[in-house]
Amino acid sequence: MNTKLGALTLVTFAFATLMFAQAGEPKHGGILRIYHRETPPSLSIHEEATFSVNIPAMGLYNNLVVYDQHKPQNSMGTIVPELADSWSVSSDNLALTFRLHQGVRWHDGQPFTSKDVKCTFDLLQGKAKDKFRKNPRKDLFNNIVEVTTNGDFEVTLHLKRPQPSLIAMLASGYTPVYPCHVSPAQMRTNPIGTGPFKFVEFKQNESIKLAKNENYWKKGLPYLDGIEFTIISNRATAVLAFVAGKVDMTFPTEMTKALIADIKKQDATAICEIGPINVSTNLIVNRENPPFNNVEVRKAMALALDRKAFIDIIYQGAGDVGGTLLPPPEGVWGMPPELLKTIPGYGDVQKDREQARAIMTKLGYGSNNPLKIKVSTRNLATYRDPAVVLIDQLKTIYIDAELDPVESSQWFAKVARNDYSVGLNLTGNGIDDPDQAFYENYACGSERNYTHYCNKELEALFDKQSVETDVEKRKKMVWDIDKKLQEDVARPILLHARSGTCWKPYVKNMTIMSNSAYNGYRYEDVWLDK
Amino acid sequence: MGTYIIRRFFLMLLTLFGISLLIFTMLRLVPGNIADIVFNAAGMIDVAEKAKLEKELGLDRPIPVQYVEWVSGLARGDLGYSYVSEKPAIDEILPRIPITAKLAGLALLFAVTFGVPLGVISAVKQNTTLDYVLRVISLSGLSLPSFWLGLLILMAFVAYFGAIPIYTNPPKGFWNTLWLFSIPAMAVGFRSSALVMRLTRSSMLEVLRQDYIRTARAKGAPARTVNYRHALRNALLPVVTVIGIEAAFLMGGLIVTETVFNIPGVARFLVEAIRWRDYPIVQNLVMFVAVVAVSINFLIDLLYAVLDPRIRYAS
Repeated sequence: MNTKLGALTLVTFAFATLMFAQAGEPKHGGILRIYHRETPPSLSIHEEATFSVNIPAMGLYNNLVVYDQHKPQNSMGTIVPELADSWSVSSDNLALTFRLHQGVRWHDGQPFTSKDVKCTFDLLQGKAKDKFRKNPRKDLFNNIVEVTTNGDFEVTLHLKRPQPSLIAMLASGYTPVYPCHVSPAQMRTNPIGTGPFKFVEFKQNESIKLAKNENYWKKGLPYLDGIEFTIISNRATAVLAFVAGKVDMTFPTEMTKALIADIKKQDATAICEIGPINVSTNLIVNRENPPFNNVEVRKAMALALDRKAFIDIIYQGAGDVGGTLLPPPEGVWGMPPELLKTIPGYGDVQKDREQARAIMTKLGYGSNNPLKIKVSTRNLATYRDPAVVLIDQLKTIYIDAELDPVESSQWFAKVARNDYSVGLNLTGNGIDDPDQAFYENYACGSERNYTHYCNKELEALFDKQSVETDVEKRKKMVWDIDKKLQEDVARPILLHARSGTCWKPYVKNMTIMSNSAYNGYRYEDVWLDK
Repeated sequence: MGTYIIRRFFLMLLTLFGISLLIFTMLRLVPGNIADIVFNAAGMIDVAEKAKLEKELGLDRPIPVQYVEWVSGLARGDLGYSYVSEKPAIDEILPRIPITAKLAGLALLFAVTFGVPLGVISAVKQNTTLDYVLRVISLSGLSLPSFWLGLLILMAFVAYFGAIPIYTNPPKGFWNTLWLFSIPAMAVGFRSSALVMRLTRSSMLEVLRQDYIRTARAKGAPARTVNYRHALRNALLPVVTVIGIEAAFLMGGLIVTETVFNIPGVARFLVEAIRWRDYPIVQNLVMFVAVVAVSINFLIDLLYAVLDPRIRYAS
């Protein structure tokens, strides 16, 4: 037994040594060069709602807790401490207490204390004297009644009701801790954080430069001397720049399947990964105006959808069919395929369309008398292309649709005014968690509930799943809710797209998250093997 | 001449006033403002927060008041603040002007260096093989879209040299700057040179048929003297006009070249600012381009007199 154990230990040791030798020991130094697809609106993460901000800015900050930066699938089990050394939940699940790491300093040398955590949540909840210009995620923290401090290194979040998923929201790249002593205006132009990198400069249309934080509180990190994001808005130029070695990495989750094939042809050594980004393409139907106030018309539309065709035509097969939550295996909460198949519109396309045609005929429509509508969408390729496919599919059920491309800046204003009948929209999820997806998109009165779907019974189930601490039990509840949302044609999900990232082989320790495009950019232990 | 210059100068001011009104009005007619864009990017509209932002930026005030404030600021040299970067607009605009000026200058140099001599050769050697070849080249210069040509150049560089001549950091030193800007300048200058070449050719052909050219030849003047001293000088008048128009166009119209070669110049910045409805940047940048265009036209008018002393401005 001892011999066997010894042999096993030896083999394990040899394997570990081999892996270590292959990976190499992390080296300090070098500038990581990444291209950025656009000029981000600012580097103040709390005020923005695009991963164009998280990608360059996440390295400036720290969270209380964060998703393990090397586990691609974000889940409750991959949340690790960051500025909080540990956390505990009260017996009634109504208080979440964090014990903070001591000796942390902001980039300007000021000490980090529990007051900064309180200030951050006060800002997020609009209770602080200073205000954000915009506060896109304030609703996520509605359940926090009060934040109290106990000395400089302990802070407690007091909740209205138990909410196990709150910790997931705190672990998102969207929830960094901000300093009390720096105004929101300054955070937009000259951000100060506790993170591994310090802000150097941000030139519109040119570059964003970060430098190593020499006094980073995690000893020995970061490995890089800095990160340079060169803003290259033309994707063809950006791909060529990557192939030519002008940048070490493409903008995360920006490469299509076709572009990856092209890159691999020109640079076989490039490491490319393709995966979901937790952004769904969905159909929004204005249920307040006729004829779409008739649930039968909405059902017929849902039955007309050939989701696989969307994925094949637009994304060359790089996509997944699912419900509101990202489908497995990358998604933690999405419905399994066998359950999906039981939902009308997810089964046999021909049979479903026959059923849809029968509904439409019953309502008085036919090939000689089609229902004439406009499909409104944002005038961007990622919106327009699926809208065109949708129009083609709707023809099969006697709906004669016309594309109504809406100037990008007017899109959400138009939707908010209810000035559309049928629309095509994209919805990104910062974290793979039902609370965020349900409350944000389907709760009565939510700003992002574009279709104004309101089902109080279902909303009660939102609350019920939200307080459930048993993950498996909660998952079953989430599936039931998601199924009901699809059956109610609340906002039919057409697809979950996949996209890719490439980097040079000398870029080490880079992990791209597989169920969120917002959480994996701390870069503190990324290094260059040059 | 002096009266002419003064009159033209006041006309210039009047034109710029008209342009300022036009820019300001057109920009307000475009749907949406910065507040719409800011909230649009967040996928939401919070009416109260949006109104607060509009008030903060002064967008809630009457449009004539906003116009007067802008123009009076302009007169004082205060261009306001960029809505996006929240930095003084002057600090955002000024560093980009030399970048575009270098690119436009080199492109123009390329256009004149190749366009004028080749146009003369083409005219002098009319209907020869050389003329046909040069005409085909000039036609391709006019037909090839500059973004396509730019991308082709980049792809060729990557494929054959494993390098890419794009702007990622400010170049250091004269030679680095020249290297970085000369390739995009060639890409954009190719079209301009084709235009200049075709115009020089047709203008030369017209002049070469004039009586005084025949007289010069009859007097036994060498062909070189006839072509370059007598013919070219007179043929240059329309060419100079086109060069002037090209110069003005290049200062603000290089959007495609700046995008393909990733040059952070005026045109790309202007398009980005329009996308964000960053009024202080758009208004002031368009005014800058207008000033350049109007000034170049003014200079060209003056140059006519130098090129052709028969032209008098007194009337």
